[in-house]
Amino acid sequence: MEKLDNQVTTVNYDKLDELVRKFQKIFNIFVPIFAFLVSLIVVGIIIKIQGGSIIVAYSSLFKSAFGNLNSIGNSLSRAVPLIMAGLGIAIAARANIINLGAEGQIIVGGIFATYVGINLQGLPPVLHITLCLLAGFIGGALCAFLPGHFNAKHNTNIIITAMLLNDITIGILGALVQGPMKEVGGFAPQSAQIAMSARLPMFIPGSRVHVGIIIALVLAVIAHFVLFKTPIGLETRILGGNPLVAKHSGMQVIGMQIMLVLIAGGLAGMGGAMEIMGSQFRLREAFLMNYGYEALAVALLGQKSPYGVIIAGILFGALKAGRGGMVNAANLPVSFSMVLSGVLILCISISPILMKIPRYLAVRNISANR
Amino acid sequence: MEQFLSIFTEDFFYATIRMASPIILAALGEVILERAGIFNLGIEGVMLFGAFFAVLGSFLTGNAWMGVVFALLIGVVLGLVYALAVVTIRSNQAVTGTGINILAIGLTSLLSRMIWGVQAVPLTVKGIGPLKIPFLGDIPVIGAVVFNHSPLVYLAYIMIGVVYFILYRTSWGLKIRSIGEQPKAADTMGINVIGWKYGMCVISSMFSAVAGAILSLSFMNLFVDNMSGGRGYMAVASVILGQWNPMGAALGGLIFGAGNAIQMRLQAFGVPIPSSLLLVLPMVIALIVVLAVRGSASARPSALAKPYYKE
Repeated sequence: MEKLDNQVTTVNYDKLDELVRKFQKIFNIFVPIFAFLVSLIVVGIIIKIQGGSIIVAYSSLFKSAFGNLNSIGNSLSRAVPLIMAGLGIAIAARANIINLGAEGQIIVGGIFATYVGINLQGLPPVLHITLCLLAGFIGGALCAFLPGHFNAKHNTNIIITAMLLNDITIGILGALVQGPMKEVGGFAPQSAQIAMSARLPMFIPGSRVHVGIIIALVLAVIAHFVLFKTPIGLETRILGGNPLVAKHSGMQVIGMQIMLVLIAGGLAGMGGAMEIMGSQFRLREAFLMNYGYEALAVALLGQKSPYGVIIAGILFGALKAGRGGMVNAANLPVSFSMVLSGVLILCISISPILMKIPRYLAVRNISANR
Repeated sequence: MEQFLSIFTEDFFYATIRMASPIILAALGEVILERAGIFNLGIEGVMLFGAFFAVLGSFLTGNAWMGVVFALLIGVVLGLVYALAVVTIRSNQAVTGTGINILAIGLTSLLSRMIWGVQAVPLTVKGIGPLKIPFLGDIPVIGAVVFNHSPLVYLAYIMIGVVYFILYRTSWGLKIRSIGEQPKAADTMGINVIGWKYGMCVISSMFSAVAGAILSLSFMNLFVDNMSGGRGYMAVASVILGQWNPMGAALGGLIFGAGNAIQMRLQAFGVPIPSSLLLVLPMVIALIVVLAVRGSASARPSALAKPYYKE
């Protein structure tokens, strides 16, 4: 009798866990797709209200993003800073640190790279490019240091310090291109062009896509490897999962938190540098307006996974490249892309409720099969 | 030096009081909310929505006060959305707030173009202009500086006392504070924690929306893209500076208002500092303040930004 009761109440937890994991894997892919669809529907409603045709609008978006080699190149080159900053945000987010400072980090990275790109002359391209990228990384990391350091050491609110710093760097950028870094003899508020040796080579003839995309892809692969296959990656994920466990298992929590923010900032800064070295060649006011915030959307849409960030980054790059065509076709103001990112971030931020479904499904599945 | 001192004229103090009012109002809302254990970065976006809907209301009805009503309504809606996300679904508060901010920038600029089209001269609506208070407004100097503002500006300063009184002298305030410190204990005492959190989200969102209405109806009588310009973040910084006390938050708001006023005066003087740097002067002050008061975080509500799980 006792034995029978036992059998009825016992649940095979190994099997349950396995099922939960299986369903979670599916949901990891399903949730971003769901969020993206919702945002497309919201923008579709706006198009409808505006009196445009949804099909025409979205097909022209697709055409001007992927229609020919040139537009594909455009989409990819727009994706570079988004992927870079998104990678940084995703890595830090794995340790539960939210880096909202990417906007400022991109800008400072761009400033540093431009400075090195203009003022060093006559270097071999490989060396010059490396130096510029390094300068971008250092710039971004510097910008991330203040919020990151005070957050880890003194528990100040990293979100608010980073946001304030974003606005401050925009002011500094404006002052630089109107003053010290302004092109000699020029009228527009912009810097001189960087040296030829500092420019990232284009590798597909007839399109504007530059080597930056390859660097970004390689970095994403490295990030994936480090996150999931090395002790450092494991520690990062433990820090995000349970800081108390991290602390009591003897990890250098403060040091790791600072390091992660620096890496996140550095990657964003490198993204800004690549934009200057690969497509704009000079510093302008607002040269990457709002990319930092869209990079947050990229990191979240990519489910904080490096490969996911690549896909999401290319998607957003395509959106940026193609929105011109869509604006013409549907008579939409450009700001619709901000609406799309906003809805996306909101949808993904409420996804915890969706991520409860796998466990529910697994429990139901188990009890049905018993 | 003499030139620097000449900044501090009657106009300067008038501008300080005026510029501080939206930051104070938004900060007061944030104080109430953070005291109930919720952090809302989205007040920047709520302000922007409030500014837009205030102009829309005034435009549609021809009555500026209806604009304020519109702002209040959008505040309620956004508050409910935020509460649903962070209280019920327990999403990450910073991410949700950022989502609201980005949505606000995009949607308000989109809607303003859809409704009014692209115009060379922005469309102005009926605003809520300064109201000189009888008798008090006639006091020399002080009358002109303090008692000659828009009614919405007075409202911001009146709310300091109201919020202080409610938080520290009423049982409601005690409930709010206990939810922010020990939600479990509050629940055990029979306080409806979830309900109060919802209520505080809505109320603080209404505060921020009216703060936005001050920007659009009392300062300019029109809507421009991203006109909140980081004031929401300054309000959040004021709360930290004020150590989660309404009086302190108001003081923080005044400091940022003064920063704004100094920046405007310096620009008018044509000092040899680039205008884009002067514009971010209040942000620099805010950043320094947030970093400087880091040590004394004991006033911070213990359960701030932690999702509440009812058992």
